[in-house]
Amino acid sequence: MSLALSLPYWAETTIKTVIILAVIPASALTLGYVFLMKTMAHMQSRLGPMEPGGFHGWYQLIGDGVKFIQKEDIIPEEADRAIFALAPTVVLVSTFLLFVVIPAGPRLVVENLDTGVFFALAVSSLSVIGVLMAGWASANKYSLLGGLRAAGQLIAYELPLVLAVVGVVMQAGTMSLQGIVNFQQHGKIFGFGGIGLPLILTQFVGFLLFIAASQAELTQAPFDMPLAESELVAGYTTEYTGFRFLFFYMAETATAFALAAIAATLFLGGWSVPWVHGSAADVLGPFILGAKVMLVAFLIYWIRFTYPRFREDQLQAFAWKYLIPISLANILVTAVFKVVF
Amino acid sequence: MVAQNVVFGILAAVMILAAWRVVTTQNVVRAVLYLVVVLAGAGAQYLLLAQEFIFVVQVIVYIGAIVVLFLFGTMLTRAPIGRDVNLDNDQRWLAALTSLFLLGVMIAVLFDAFHNTHVKPTIQRTSDVANSMFGPYLMPFEVVSVLLLAALVGAIAIARRD
Repeated sequence: MSLALSLPYWAETTIKTVIILAVIPASALTLGYVFLMKTMAHMQSRLGPMEPGGFHGWYQLIGDGVKFIQKEDIIPEEADRAIFALAPTVVLVSTFLLFVVIPAGPRLVVENLDTGVFFALAVSSLSVIGVLMAGWASANKYSLLGGLRAAGQLIAYELPLVLAVVGVVMQAGTMSLQGIVNFQQHGKIFGFGGIGLPLILTQFVGFLLFIAASQAELTQAPFDMPLAESELVAGYTTEYTGFRFLFFYMAETATAFALAAIAATLFLGGWSVPWVHGSAADVLGPFILGAKVMLVAFLIYWIRFTYPRFREDQLQAFAWKYLIPISLANILVTAVFKVVF
Repeated sequence: MVAQNVVFGILAAVMILAAWRVVTTQNVVRAVLYLVVVLAGAGAQYLLLAQEFIFVVQVIVYIGAIVVLFLFGTMLTRAPIGRDVNLDNDQRWLAALTSLFLLGVMIAVLFDAFHNTHVKPTIQRTSDVANSMFGPYLMPFEVVSVLLLAALVGAIAIARRD
């Protein structure tokens, strides 16, 4: 039985837009609450966020929200006002577009684009422009340096991110994220088709590269040179207050969610698990994907909370001397296996 | 087809306005940001022609890489906030003449190529692009990649001091 619902184009588009606009803050709040507050508090013995409101500090998130909203919106006098105000929105638009292609079920996807994962990587690179705008328009040396560092880093880590995905695309034979999920659901391991073929088994190197590169794309520790608080105050976000700062924060956390979802889709089978088919997958899909996203996100945040910051030259060397050669070798090996088998 | 034509008109108007601002604004960084609008508009036009793959390439190459390098370059050098009167010079007439000449050539070429043909957007799958790129056009594709590699090596050789 399928849901017989046919809407005009504009109504469908409006509904889809509203859904993504609701998913962005929801996903940011989930990751922010679970990882940035609770997991971080446990791992780094920061007891503050565990206190407010009693049980595990459930009140902390609400308190933070109220605090952000009541802050005064300050624009520096020397700043380029229009660009300063526009920058957080540009970053958020990049996040918004990322969510367009992520499938959460056999039919639950905003647009099942033919260029799926390629589109996702392309729009994720748009956030750099917002970051550079913020850094420049703040009229602050720290901001500008932070923006430039962010741009250099995002350009460098864009390459391993794209190259890590190439292995998956070659194996699945499609760039559509829905197609990649279907490939994993119906794949066979040496002729045994019981549990499908999660691509992490064959593309484990690609998975590690993708996690490392997305960590850098998110400018999180150990790659948080653009925001290095001991050197640059807060990098490109130095001059931002209140709601505009919240925009940057929300975009970063929601992008972490989106990249974790893409990693889960590419390497862990996305919304599919063995033996769940048809309308059951329609209902369970979002929950399965959510569970996998939390798993990948835990990995990302675990690394963030554990390792100290790279130096700028180490950071660039890590991308150009290690990640990119390894990803090229991964592509070569995948191509050889693809031809042989 | 009517909807497409309306959207084309809106996009074209936005692109022309942004392109006008690229050359008239008195701030380098703002000029680059207006260029982003022009390039994004071109991408949207590809999308209107149902060329999804080219649209994504336009976004990742032009907006995600080239404009970012432009911004990076201008911000590393001197990019003051506000108006910079030194950006203007007295060669407007020459520039206008060149632009008019280019416009004329483009119109002539386009008219010569398409003047009665009705362009219908046909959906092009990424696999079609891949098949033609690595089938009939394999040789040009490889030649272009070698050329780009040569340019890359050349740029490094020029930039190196030792």
